[in-house]
Amino acid sequence: MQQAVIRMKHERTSIGARGALALALALAIGPAIANDRTGGKLLLTAGVSQIEGAAGGGLTPWAVIGGYGTEGQFGGNVFHTRVATDDYRLGVTGLAVGISDRVELSYARQRFDTRDVGAALGLGRGFKLEQDVYGAKVRLAGDAVLDQDTWLPQIALGVQHKRHRQGDIVRAVGARSANGTDVYLSATKLFLDPGLLVNGTLRHTRANQVGILGFGGDRRGSASVEFEGSVALLLHRTLAVGAEYRTKPNNLGIAREDDWWDLFVAWAPTRNVSVTLAYADIGNVVIRDDQRGWYLSVQFGF
Amino acid sequence: MRSIMLVLRLLALSIGLASMPAADAAERPPMDPAPAHPELRPVLDAFGGVPGLEALMDDFMAGLLADPRTRPFFENAEQDRVKRQLVEQFCVILGGDCVYSGRDMREAHAGHVITAAHFNALVEVLQVSMNRRGIPFRAQNRLLAKLAPMHRDVVNEPPRR
Ligand code: HEM
Ligand code: HEM
Repeated sequence: MQQAVIRMKHERTSIGARGALALALALAIGPAIANDRTGGKLLLTAGVSQIEGAAGGGLTPWAVIGGYGTEGQFGGNVFHTRVATDDYRLGVTGLAVGISDRVELSYARQRFDTRDVGAALGLGRGFKLEQDVYGAKVRLAGDAVLDQDTWLPQIALGVQHKRHRQGDIVRAVGARSANGTDVYLSATKLFLDPGLLVNGTLRHTRANQVGILGFGGDRRGSASVEFEGSVALLLHRTLAVGAEYRTKPNNLGIAREDDWWDLFVAWAPTRNVSVTLAYADIGNVVIRDDQRGWYLSVQFGF
Repeated sequence: MRSIMLVLRLLALSIGLASMPAADAAERPPMDPAPAHPELRPVLDAFGGVPGLEALMDDFMAGLLADPRTRPFFENAEQDRVKRQLVEQFCVILGGDCVYSGRDMREAHAGHVITAAHFNALVEVLQVSMNRRGIPFRAQNRLLAKLAPMHRDVVNEPPRR
């Protein structure tokens, strides 16, 4: 942990270019398209961007539609997320568009830096595994925020189509395929009185480590149903703290895969910016156990 | 096995909800615009009682007139009457000894085209006013939890279930 923080500092030089670009883009696009066709939702109620690009918590999708658009409007966001554990780095850059608070389309590029493990596996130190995630989500029913007089949640059905960019390598570690499609059902409810947001997601998936290690494996080739849960407490109009848990399949013989969890703080200083900081435990990843570290995500939206 | 049962139950639930015929807004009787919640009496105290609500409405109306998203609705309204009725309405909801003399929410807003975005804009302006009056976040949300469902009568473009 200590170690991870120190490493972050000296590598922060690379923050500049891409972060600055995303910021400039958001500042340029934001006001230009913020009119009465955009921006009708309440602060933080659109969630943040989860690691596969959908609106949600940090690790799990929620039933909310990304962006601050309401019926008849559109909204969207760009985000960048870093997860830095003892032995690995994950970087995700992506965007999402919400249409009429009904449909969400998203794209994310995940880059997983194997660092020393890459050398140990003969891939080369700092070898990067990359995948693209194309997402779509449809709100089926409910309004997580406004329907305070019923316990019925907002419900959404989503897909995430994942295409790995190094198919030969993930097949070499035992994955059946370099592409896969997750289907998930999410239910989200905000209980405004205590200020508690609760989400449950069921995901039908074959992905190994969300797809970074391909899809299906020698141990299990078919899909399984996984559960993902989040709770968040709104402390203030702009601040939420919470926890998440995500169960995972265990398809590969060479590497046990553990469930993931995190504790997070999400802060939206203005309606266009949110910052999420989390302490995440992603367990065993290939030959390294107990991978824990920091998760930082910055999102610009409208 | 348990997870499969859960999937099936959730799927059944979501299909049920999605295929439920959306009740025509006109068929459904309007909601009670001022349901009394005696248990919220401490929240009324946190708002400073009726004098606190009156001061809140002064600030709220000023905010509604300053915000370009809500100004068009209120600049030609009878502002003093709307403020008075909001005081009555909030007072009753928060368990106070008041009587709400206004119209139901569907009728009160039928003369305006109000979208979900307008609704949220008004709630935001209200949140800003409540912050300015130093009302604790928790008390604000206990009131908002009672107002939020009224979107079904207030929002009429497109008409709600
Ligand atoms: C608004 C603040 C921040 C923005 C916009 C941001 C954005 C970025 C960007 C664009 C990169 C480089 C992406 C790449 O190499 O592909 C990066 C790298 C990184 N950032 Fe941040 N970051 C921010 C704050 C922080 C903070 C506060 C920490 C530490 C607590 C941190 C830790 C890291 C780490 C560890 C890397 C990885 C370097 C590497 O291994 O390549 N960042 N960040
Ligand atoms: C939970 C949300 C809301 C509540 C509790 C509320 C409450 C009220 C009340 C008590 C009145 C007076 C009723 C009467 O005249 O008998 C009123 C009138 C009015 N409201 Fe709302 N309102 C809400 C949302 C909105 C929104 C979103 C808008 C538009 C952006 C709006 C615009 C108006 C206008 C223009 C009037 C005056 C109508 C007239 O006299 O023609 N209200 N509202």
